[in-house]
Amino acid sequence: MTVSTKDITQTADQLPVAAHPARFPRNPGIPLDLDWVSSVQVNTSAVERRAGSLGARRSVKKDYQAAWLLRAITLMDLTTLNGDDTRGKVRRLCAKAKRPLRRDLIEALGVEDLNITTGAVCVYHEMIETAVEALEGSGIPVAAVSTGFPDALSPFHLRVKEIEESVKAGASEIDIVISRRHVLTGDWQALYDEMRAYREACGEAHVKAIISTGNLGSLRNVARASHVCMMAGADFIKTSTGKESVNATLPVSLTMVRTTREYEARTGFKIGFKPAGGISKAKDALVYMSLMKEERGNDWLEPDLFRFGASSLLGDIERQLEHFVTGRYSATFRHGIS
Amino acid sequence: MTVSEIFKTMEYGTAPESAAEAKAWLDRHDSTFGLFIGGGFTKPGEDRFDSMNPANGETIASLTEATSKDVDAAVKAAAKAQKHWAALGGAGRARHLYALARLIQKHARLFAVLESLDNGKPIRESRDADIPLAARHFYHHAGWAQLMEREMAGYEPIGVAGQVIPWNFPFLMLAWKIAPALAMGNTVVLKPAEYTSLTALLFADICIEAGLPEGVVNIVTGHGPVGAMIAEHADVAKVAFTGSTRVGRNLREQTAGTGKKLTLELGGKSPFIVFDDADIDSAIEGIVDAIWFNQGQVCCAGSRLLVQESIAERFHDRLRQRMRTLRVGDPLDKSIDLGCIVDPVQHQRISEMVALGVDEGADMFREETSLPENGCYYPPTLLIGVEAGDTLAQEEIFGPVLVSMNFRTPAEAVQLANNSRYGLAASVWTENINLALGVAPQIKAGVIWINCTNQFDAAAGFGGYRESGFGREGGREGLYEYVKPSYLKSLKDAAPVTPHSLTEGGGEGIDRTAKMYIGGKQARPDSGYSQPIATPKGKLISHVGIGNRKDIRNAVEAATAASGGWAKASGHNKAQILYYIGENLAARRGEFETRLREMTGVSSKVAAGEVEAAINRFFTYAAWADKYDGQVHSVPLRGVTVAMKEPVGVMGIACPDEAPLLGFVSLVAPAIAMGNTVVAVPSQAHPLSATDLYQVFDTSDLPGGVVNIVTGPRDELTKTLADHYGVDGVWYHGTQDGSAMVERAAAANLKRTWVNYGKAIDWTDPAQSEGEEYLRHATEVKNVWIPYGE
Repeated sequence: MTVSTKDITQTADQLPVAAHPARFPRNPGIPLDLDWVSSVQVNTSAVERRAGSLGARRSVKKDYQAAWLLRAITLMDLTTLNGDDTRGKVRRLCAKAKRPLRRDLIEALGVEDLNITTGAVCVYHEMIETAVEALEGSGIPVAAVSTGFPDALSPFHLRVKEIEESVKAGASEIDIVISRRHVLTGDWQALYDEMRAYREACGEAHVKAIISTGNLGSLRNVARASHVCMMAGADFIKTSTGKESVNATLPVSLTMVRTTREYEARTGFKIGFKPAGGISKAKDALVYMSLMKEERGNDWLEPDLFRFGASSLLGDIERQLEHFVTGRYSATFRHGIS
Repeated sequence: MTVSEIFKTMEYGTAPESAAEAKAWLDRHDSTFGLFIGGGFTKPGEDRFDSMNPANGETIASLTEATSKDVDAAVKAAAKAQKHWAALGGAGRARHLYALARLIQKHARLFAVLESLDNGKPIRESRDADIPLAARHFYHHAGWAQLMEREMAGYEPIGVAGQVIPWNFPFLMLAWKIAPALAMGNTVVLKPAEYTSLTALLFADICIEAGLPEGVVNIVTGHGPVGAMIAEHADVAKVAFTGSTRVGRNLREQTAGTGKKLTLELGGKSPFIVFDDADIDSAIEGIVDAIWFNQGQVCCAGSRLLVQESIAERFHDRLRQRMRTLRVGDPLDKSIDLGCIVDPVQHQRISEMVALGVDEGADMFREETSLPENGCYYPPTLLIGVEAGDTLAQEEIFGPVLVSMNFRTPAEAVQLANNSRYGLAASVWTENINLALGVAPQIKAGVIWINCTNQFDAAAGFGGYRESGFGREGGREGLYEYVKPSYLKSLKDAAPVTPHSLTEGGGEGIDRTAKMYIGGKQARPDSGYSQPIATPKGKLISHVGIGNRKDIRNAVEAATAASGGWAKASGHNKAQILYYIGENLAARRGEFETRLREMTGVSSKVAAGEVEAAINRFFTYAAWADKYDGQVHSVPLRGVTVAMKEPVGVMGIACPDEAPLLGFVSLVAPAIAMGNTVVAVPSQAHPLSATDLYQVFDTSDLPGGVVNIVTGPRDELTKTLADHYGVDGVWYHGTQDGSAMVERAAAANLKRTWVNYGKAIDWTDPAQSEGEEYLRHATEVKNVWIPYGE
């Protein structure tokens, strides 16, 4: 199918577009195209084979590995999403986001001028103000999970309201959760309408659509849900809440990343991708980054198009970088906790 | 570059695998090798050649060019070892094979690095594919050795196997050859390819380390003529070859009539078919695995892309996009997709073929990335706009070059897929299971991969149809290539049978002339000549037509026309017809007995016995028609790998003179029971029992063209059949010379042959004249890989 410029312009008119300068135009969404959705094919076995060979096909070593791990830090949504989060905990997280690496390691790596920080901090609504305050002047955005995270079963108007409140509180990125039931019942119109409403509520804040892959039953559904969310104006598509029993995996990531390529081919808009949950090792991060580089290119190694949702990944990266610098295997207690 | 700079460019850098251990191994051998004969290395010979690292052109070892004396010594050592090796029993051999498998695993990285150094393939492939698959082959066949006495009852080792392997998968091909040969009690003399002998020599070290009895494995290095010496050696009883179709054809000619068992795994131009409902991204990735695995130097490479026209443009765009991220570079770099072409000679050939393709009008695409300055590199290349008749659509390139064609319908996809002299493999991409499983049986190829490609495992047979060769490697089907039926050694030479000459006229009753039988109709001979068939006392029984090459041509046309429908007929349906033939033959029992007595002068008891046995044989193959099942192989895949038994196709069958009725029935019945159509040449001396049968066929609902009968000079007619490009297989029962003639002529299109080398089968003994051996020769095994899971 083709999208006429008219459609896009009209749609774009209805939505506020980010004011700050961006590398690429923001995805305004397109009308729901059910023919496209139903034509989506994903062969699970083949996707698994490709995903399985990614780690073996690309290997990043020594200086390159160090640079890639530094880059991984800048792609990270450093996250705390727990019932026992307090202002103090969030302040500590933000401090870590601003200075993710020990000063001596930064110096040894000769990367002082890179001003390495995490890509964002990700919290619940209640913690937004604390985070915004703690990060003031750092340029690090605050992302908030929203829309009745993680199950998205609160009243619809409250879910929309939650977004508005979070944006008002200072969140510049909103991670929404789709209603899985719309995918499972094939109600693409409902999914589209919901996503569209969320996107509108976000205003200038960028919206990441969590499609909760672990609940969707098949890679085909993962791909279809991704497409519908992009059509409805998602800036990012994100795998999981981190609360499902299965979170980000390489096969679902590969499937979703490929949908962004298809979407770009058809509409011209670049969509970001965020795997979340279960990525806790530096080595895993490198595989994900090579997946992005292979499937989408270097543009997807920048924080405006790729993020890791992670809480413990940073600790492993710190240890690996210390090993790179000193030649000695590191220990957790040598690095500041978040 | 500094860390800070890399942070900005986000390049991969290099991830080199160390070659230190491999070099240390070469140093231990002084980088100079003799031959491995009788359990030890000989002194390096006078005549030596260099083994080169294609990544930098450096010489890494000096190898001995074996002489005929060396080959003789190796074969002697193997022959001497063979009796003890066989006598060790399956369980004893299993332990040795198990030890070899273990040692390959223990030295896996050394094998992988050495392989990449010598061959230029990416270390990722040698490490993750070649070497693990080779180890798996030894494990799997350790198991078959253990089970041989039980599972292969009635079969015995062949003796010394001469094996000649190619340079594209040096160690894996060694494993494919040696493991089944050893498991079944044979010993081997193996010649690795001259470009890539090193892992075979490392394997020799492993044989010593494993304590393999001396002489069981012998490895001789050298060029083509050394391979020919092995194949020609009188004490080599089995020849197995993987390589080019040209050399395969030569080997078929060379070994014709010698009684050497031959397997050939040759070239291919395998189709990669993408239907409009495929998962496009996965299919693109499949292409990477199909044509850019091992730089496309793969006999079963998916080198002919067939895309449904409705998605072709989008598909090609995506493919070009994918090609931009392929990395070509140092084979020992863990982050590259393509390494080196094995030798400048091959590089030159690929370049010439591509130039020819462009000249013929193909539209070439390749990413203009820089290749490493030194070394034998060729960029991944796509040629669009190649049409079926173009050279590049027909000829194997054996490099990283994909040619693409479009199709409109599934039927046209099949037609294009089969528009090739080769038939090794095919890959089919669609999310529609009906389409996939509907297309798979229609493609003439030994391996079909549904939504995957280049999958291999020791438990599944691999091998081709048509000019891609014959025989299978892997699976139960592969074991039969390394055994022979135990009854063979007891066979005696067939006594020559001469037609009785006519000394008196017929005169009694109405004149009867046996016609030929073509396409379900009685046919007069094209020659217009007939010959009399007389009783032993010289009395005329009837005339039969003297067939010639045109009658054979007509019969093959009729058999070809009938082939599609008969192959598709259900087993039950074929069984019904075979039972019916048996029933109708029984009804005319007396007539057939009389005929046998008249023609051959046998006693009525013998004649009655032969007719009864013939009736019984029809019943036997009616019974088998719906029972010679395929298998589901146990391969490491979430899915099923189905070994389907398919008819060979159009078969020529030259029938024996002994037992003129039973011999004919014993050969024709299994062939048609398995769905083949047949052109039969009956006993030249006693053809009337066969021609009498067409009236039985006519009354038994046998579709016209399934069995065709051409009478006349057996060897002359069989020669036409063996020469015929449209005939897929020939069985021959006649003289030793005739057998040699059939095997030699069959080389033209590498048709399957099964000949008697002038030996007489006892057609009354079911142990040697009926059963699964006949069915196996009447079928091809096609392995269909079907991964599943949503």
